[in-house]
Amino acid sequence: MNSDKYDFVISIGGAAGQGIAAPGDVLAWIFVRRGLHLYTYNAYQSIIRGGHIFLTFRVSTEKVYNHGDKTDLLICLNQDTMDRHLKHMEPGSWVIYNSDTIKPGEAQDGVELCGIPVKELSDNNRNKLVQNTGALGVCMHILGLDFGILEDILTKQFIRKGQTVVDENIGVARAACDYAVANFTPCSEAIPEGEKPQAWWSGNEALAMGGACAGVKFYAAYPMSPATGVLHWMAKYARDLGIMVRQVEDEIGVATMAIGAAATGTRAMCATSGGGFALMTEAVGSAGMMEIPVVMINVQRAGPSTGVPTKTEQGDLWQMLGASQGDFPRIIVAPKDALDAFNTVPELFNLVDRYQCPGIIISDLLISEGRSSVDPDDINFHPNIDLGELITKHSTNGDEYLRYKNTESGISPRAVPGLKGYVHVMATDEQDEDGVLISDEFTNPVKRRMMVEKRGRKMQDIFEHVAAPEIEGPKEADVTLVGWGSTYGVIHEAVEQLKTEGITANHLPIKWIVPFHVKEIMEILSNCKKVIMVENNYSGQFYRYMRSETGLNVDTHIRKYDGEPFMPHQVTNGVKEILDGETEVFVPEHKIMV
Amino acid sequence: MVTDTAVQEAERTVTKLKAKDFNGKVDPDWCPGCGDFGVLSSLQKACVDLELHPHEILTVSGIGCSSNFPGFFNSYGMHTLHGRALPFATGAKLANHELTVIVTGGDGDGYGIGGNHFTHLARRNVDLTYIVMNNQIYGLTVGQTSPTSEFGMKTKSTPFGSLETPLNPITAAIMNGATFVARGYSADPKGLTDLLCQAIQHKGFSLVDVFSPCVTFNKDNTYDWFKPRVKKLEDEEHDFHDWKAACEQALVWGEKIYYGKFFQVEKKPTLNDLEPVLNEGGPICFRELGLAKEQAKKLLEDMM
Repeated sequence: MNSDKYDFVISIGGAAGQGIAAPGDVLAWIFVRRGLHLYTYNAYQSIIRGGHIFLTFRVSTEKVYNHGDKTDLLICLNQDTMDRHLKHMEPGSWVIYNSDTIKPGEAQDGVELCGIPVKELSDNNRNKLVQNTGALGVCMHILGLDFGILEDILTKQFIRKGQTVVDENIGVARAACDYAVANFTPCSEAIPEGEKPQAWWSGNEALAMGGACAGVKFYAAYPMSPATGVLHWMAKYARDLGIMVRQVEDEIGVATMAIGAAATGTRAMCATSGGGFALMTEAVGSAGMMEIPVVMINVQRAGPSTGVPTKTEQGDLWQMLGASQGDFPRIIVAPKDALDAFNTVPELFNLVDRYQCPGIIISDLLISEGRSSVDPDDINFHPNIDLGELITKHSTNGDEYLRYKNTESGISPRAVPGLKGYVHVMATDEQDEDGVLISDEFTNPVKRRMMVEKRGRKMQDIFEHVAAPEIEGPKEADVTLVGWGSTYGVIHEAVEQLKTEGITANHLPIKWIVPFHVKEIMEILSNCKKVIMVENNYSGQFYRYMRSETGLNVDTHIRKYDGEPFMPHQVTNGVKEILDGETEVFVPEHKIMV
Repeated sequence: MVTDTAVQEAERTVTKLKAKDFNGKVDPDWCPGCGDFGVLSSLQKACVDLELHPHEILTVSGIGCSSNFPGFFNSYGMHTLHGRALPFATGAKLANHELTVIVTGGDGDGYGIGGNHFTHLARRNVDLTYIVMNNQIYGLTVGQTSPTSEFGMKTKSTPFGSLETPLNPITAAIMNGATFVARGYSADPKGLTDLLCQAIQHKGFSLVDVFSPCVTFNKDNTYDWFKPRVKKLEDEEHDFHDWKAACEQALVWGEKIYYGKFFQVEKKPTLNDLEPVLNEGGPICFRELGLAKEQAKKLLEDMM
């Protein structure tokens, strides 16, 4: 607990199949409906039954940027969780467990061990999930919540299964709550109420919803963690929202099908992770050559190859930069959190429609599978939609139409198939303004150069449409932390932590990868005292990209590539060690075994 | 909606198109004598017979000699990636189901590198027509073995003879669920025109695999080789509703090789028919973008 604001972290640990999600959802609904802010991170494995799942909730009266540094209340659903996590529990924390089946081991002084005799409290109920409900009852007491809140939610959750199930669950929860009242010390500060109820979503849901709001009418995918959540949302809402959703045989088919749909003037999108994106790669170039706007999402996971499918990393940057052979304009953007991801989708669609090129969103497991609260008033369901120079009406004059007209802007008005007077061929071969190939029989260096330059200059005014990165925090600082994408939330908090330790830090989060704001970034960083690059990969992919674009050399880095996201204190410690001259590349040790 | 059916119908009756109206911007650059010429002229005639107009058609191809087709044919076209014509075409057809979508390509493109898509397109039954100009060789890469090259065939990549058994496109398509499966012969343009008309009119995925000899690189399966062997299936009292008979006839390969319509299921709903999103409102590509207020309200409710 932080002294000046309510900041409380609950973790639930167990094996896959033990039903962690259900009590997790119950708690989340309680918090957001109470108007509290929430951030959850689920550490899990690629296994359907077994393994170790560790779901962390951080609740606060203020916006929560990450899952935090420690756990205040641990719920152990099995012995393994107790063995892994008890040693990290600090004084003033609680550990809830089923004392019939779990032995606590040795805890630090001041850790309250809350063993609950589940068998006795549940009249020997043999359902293994009953301990989860019991734990929720104990939570009510420790958090200082009225039991009626839990009763309402359990009723709603179980009513489909009949009144008996409802009564059974409420009975166990109440018995466990009463037992807690008699035996355990509650938190000194009861959980407060926020201003108004919050909504909550995962990053994948935000990406999908962003697509729906942008007017996506065609979504194709092949299941792949951690991007599958986008497919699930799209499939669930497809019929209500009039979105064609297709699960395709492979990611090659996914990307090409999306581009085929986009060729008709439809807003089309697809999402995958790095391995799937590898298959989509050739299609990226086809959209570049045929000048068809499409949005592709790469939700990064720890690679290379199959890698660690359920863990996070920022290791695909160069893959996105180099996706597809040849030299053509593309847009690449890395949103910082779920809300930013939501807003980025329509923004990117407007850009790719304007510039008739492929656009890539780089997310990662942390953003996409992390669930967070969002102020409902911050969600703009009706963003501006700009289709660029798109022709959707029959021609009324007999003028010759040149699909790839060599205009001054490089952008050629795009007519869609089905219209009279605009018949043309789009080709992945190099082609003349009228769509006739200049790749085979009629190769022509003059025309080839003209077409390369036409495509190349399309994005010349793009900086007018994308926001330049800005320093967050004090203008003058001892140290500037540079990050991109999902590290935003953790660096944000590290800056605050450093302040309490007497170190003035600020933060330069970079979202737009292509186009890259070279001028602005150089201006900012050349005036900084000390720059540290923070990224979730081994080789400093973003640093190397920034250096290649700006020529700026940065010699201090904080990197992490163990599969788990940064925790704020890890960045803070890294800054301190670097400033103390102990290291130039700090790699935190991740002590929690998940 | 851009399509104005009444006006179109009126125009159709006064402007009957000719085959040359379907000539593309450039003449074909195929080798003299290439079987693909016969396929091009047959498709042009079929489009005339079906009273289609160039702007109503989208031809989609992959890469290869025969995949240059869209450039030689007057319609909307997409000349896409090697092996990927079918998924590109599927996306286009689902996004604008009013288009007549015709996919053109070769045996390497469709059955080799694109084999996975071929399998799934057949079972998906999207309403499009797939014309494969099957010359049993890779032509544009100057003569290597293809998925339909015969066992023992000597090519630049199999100088001592191919050790692999060829794929039979007809049985493969039938087993994968295609609802119209035919084999054409480019030296019988009249028969091919008729097959293409039927295939385009068929509701669902139609495959027309066409023997389209490569006069430059395939010295085995030449016109002279085919001529005494090819027999019209329609002369054999074949029941094209009988998939077993269709497969049996398709496997006949030697002194006799049948061509014609092997198999058809007329009434199976297409993916376009089954997809509720297409029930009303016209092609999705011309629909209003963005969410209605009620839709947004529902989404928010689900999140709170």
